Amino acid sequence: MIRVVLPAPLRILAGIEGEICCEPATETIAGVIDALEARYPVLRGTIRDQKSTARRPFIRFFACEEDLSHEPGDLVLPEAVRQGREPLIVLGAIAGG
Amino acid sequence: MSGVRVLVGTKKGAFILTADGAREIWSIDGPHFGGWEVYHLKGSPADPNRIYASQSSGWFGQVVQRSDDGGKHWEAVGNEFAYQGGPETHQWYDGTPRPWEFTRVWHLEPSLADPEVVYAGVQDAALFRSGDGGQHWSELSGLREHRTGSAWQPGAGGLCLHTILLDPTGGEKIFTAISSAGVFRSDDGGQHFAPKNVGLRSEYLPDDDAEIGHCVHRIAQHPSRPEVIYMQKHWDVMRSDDGGEHWHEVSGNLPSDFGFCIDVNAHDPETIYVVPITSDSLHYPPEGRLRVWRSRSGGDQWEELGRGLPDKDCYVDVLRDAMAVDQLDPCGIYFGTTGGQVYGSPDGGDTWQAIVRDLPAVLSVEVQSLT
Repeated sequence: MIRVVLPAPLRILAGIEGEICCEPATETIAGVIDALEARYPVLRGTIRDQKSTARRPFIRFFACEEDLSHEPGDLVLPEAVRQGREPLIVLGAIAGG
Repeated sequence: MSGVRVLVGTKKGAFILTADGAREIWSIDGPHFGGWEVYHLKGSPADPNRIYASQSSGWFGQVVQRSDDGGKHWEAVGNEFAYQGGPETHQWYDGTPRPWEFTRVWHLEPSLADPEVVYAGVQDAALFRSGDGGQHWSELSGLREHRTGSAWQPGAGGLCLHTILLDPTGGEKIFTAISSAGVFRSDDGGQHFAPKNVGLRSEYLPDDDAEIGHCVHRIAQHPSRPEVIYMQKHWDVMRSDDGGEHWHEVSGNLPSDFGFCIDVNAHDPETIYVVPITSDSLHYPPEGRLRVWRSRSGGDQWEELGRGLPDKDCYVDVLRDAMAVDQLDPCGIYFGTTGGQVYGSPDGGDTWQAIVRDLPAVLSVEVQSLT
């Protein structure tokens, strides 16, 4: 079970309160987003491009005090995230003042 | 009793303003989609409870929302806008080729007859159609596939398709307007398009008779006279009497012929409205006086309308999609400003009141007349 923290606008959009947990087919960033989009179709296109699956430019992925944003989507998530001790944080980058 | 529902898109959400037919006392509902840019909302003429909304964000991209109860509840529908065919690139500001890239939906135009059919004008400029209430979108790629498509360049706001006029006679004509490519008309329901810009003059183009490249800000028509099209161009207010084949200037005595919005009175196809803006570098009204100008002669002769509007110290803008008219009698006129005010006139423009003053910057205004 992987814990995920979404930025507030996406939580509101999807009707989510607080953290969410998911069981992705693969314990990777791409796997987690696949699971999120399957459960909350409204999130399709809001985190990554629907066609290319590239991360949207102002979205960041943090976990265990590391920036995973530029890692490949098939990177296996850190053990602490896979074991549910730490969340995968999806963050809207600070931009625009 | 009749009433109106004004749909307001802003930089930080959508608002719905409602009033009875007197249009004096208003209730304000919102924000819907708070924090997101809502470039446009529009109701279906065939089913006023069906409203489509474009919700977007630089962070999170495009969401399309649909309501089936007049805006009380919303459901996210399809948001995948995939370009199909067409040229691989358009021109960037510096004239270099740039791949087409979807950014957002600027304008949603529901079918006049079928609530399930809706068109979307997007950035980078393209026209999409949904036949299932917004769940799935297909590009009408005949527009971008016009031989000029690879030469289109963006205006300051991006390469956007911002206006869609559907055929009020039930025929196959579709007008679109693109900044800054110009007007394109289809005569076959959107399969093919051709530029309709003869008579437009743009001083930033070296060729006086340029086929494309004109920064058309908005076009409007009256359903009883579909061959007459009015245009607020970057500079110049223009008119066509032959369905866009030829244009002539009708700026007349306007204090400035720069502006963004233009609309037509619901009961008189020769009565039109604009909001003059000082210039393309000074996006506020001349002398800080917010004024609507009305022509009862389809242009050339204009009268200033200001009763109830700010007489001084007003430095807001009125954007291209931010003016609309209702169908009541007398016709109501509405516009929103980048300062967050929405003004309404229940008497064809003679008098105005601020319906609401402190919304986020207004991007669009549409009106539904309810029975």
